Amino acid sequence: MMTIKVKFFASLREEVERSEVDLKPQGEMTVAQVWALACQDMPLPEHILSAVNLEYVSADTAVKDGDEVAFFPPVTGG
Amino acid sequence: MKFAGMRDQQLLRYNRQILLPQIDIIGQQKLLDSTVMIVGIGGLGSPVAMYLAAMGVGHLVLVDHDVVEISNLQRQIIYDTESLGQAKVIAAQKKLQTLNPEIRISPFQNQFESLNIEQMKAVDLLIDCSDNFTTRFAINAACVQNNIPLVSGAAIRLSGQIVVFINQKNTPCYRCLYPDSEQEAETCTENGVLAPLVGVIGSMQAIEAVKVLLSIGKPLYGKLLLFEAQSMQWRKINLSKDPACPVCSLPGQR
Ligand SMILES: [Zn+2]
Repeated sequence: MMTIKVKFFASLREEVERSEVDLKPQGEMTVAQVWALACQDMPLPEHILSAVNLEYVSADTAVKDGDEVAFFPPVTGG
Repeated sequence: MKFAGMRDQQLLRYNRQILLPQIDIIGQQKLLDSTVMIVGIGGLGSPVAMYLAAMGVGHLVLVDHDVVEISNLQRQIIYDTESLGQAKVIAAQKKLQTLNPEIRISPFQNQFESLNIEQMKAVDLLIDCSDNFTTRFAINAACVQNNIPLVSGAAIRLSGQIVVFINQKNTPCYRCLYPDSEQEAETCTENGVLAPLVGVIGSMQAIEAVKVLLSIGKPLYGKLLLFEAQSMQWRKINLSKDPACPVCSLPGQR
């Protein structure tokens, strides 16, 4: 079993009603699958950006044990 | 020789930053010789413009089509109650000239999209303090086209972001990050924003601007800094260039 730390930024915190969660999935996962597991099967919205261990990645990137996955929306307010 | 060009009054005015070895007389002269365009003189643009004016950036180009409304005053600290109803760029110009009469201010009461290329020519650096995707994409394209470094900031509710783009082979542009979708952006009008948050992000944009202008330290080139006021957490994300980006990737490289 592996542990993955998931963090949500900006408005996602309200949308998914949490700022972070630890997942313990059984097998290999992609970033998109991490999102689905963390967010009750809600599909990953297209405009949401993701990073694994502080590196910007695409949603089909594989996640390893101990990784931190961050999701953040574009912010435009000025 | 050491004080060539700068008058005693200027040496006094800028003394506390000339004392910094990273700035010194040479850096101060460089600031005085710089032209910086600020797009959006709102919550972020207020501290950006005020700090850069106070520091003696010699020429500030202000771009904003709006007029000052009462709901702006909670966070747009460059304005005061007397500014209500005035064009933002004019009210801001007045304030900045009071702050520092030695610099030049060029106000444009226009949308950024309606500026012409001539107005970009002399710009050494652009600071994006705008509040919508359309303007942000237009600014990005113009900066890539004209090789202008771009300090981009954004803030809403209790969250902020800042990133610096520079047109180099392996670094991304704004468009690499976000698809040019028609997606509606969240606005401060609908979602609210914590006043000092725009002060934090705007001040950091001003810091990055000075670093880029004077080649100090490591600006956030291709790094997106996320800030959450609620938990006082920062995260710095390394961005990457999209090899298929229609703005910054040459057709031959796709
Ligand atoms: Zn690009």
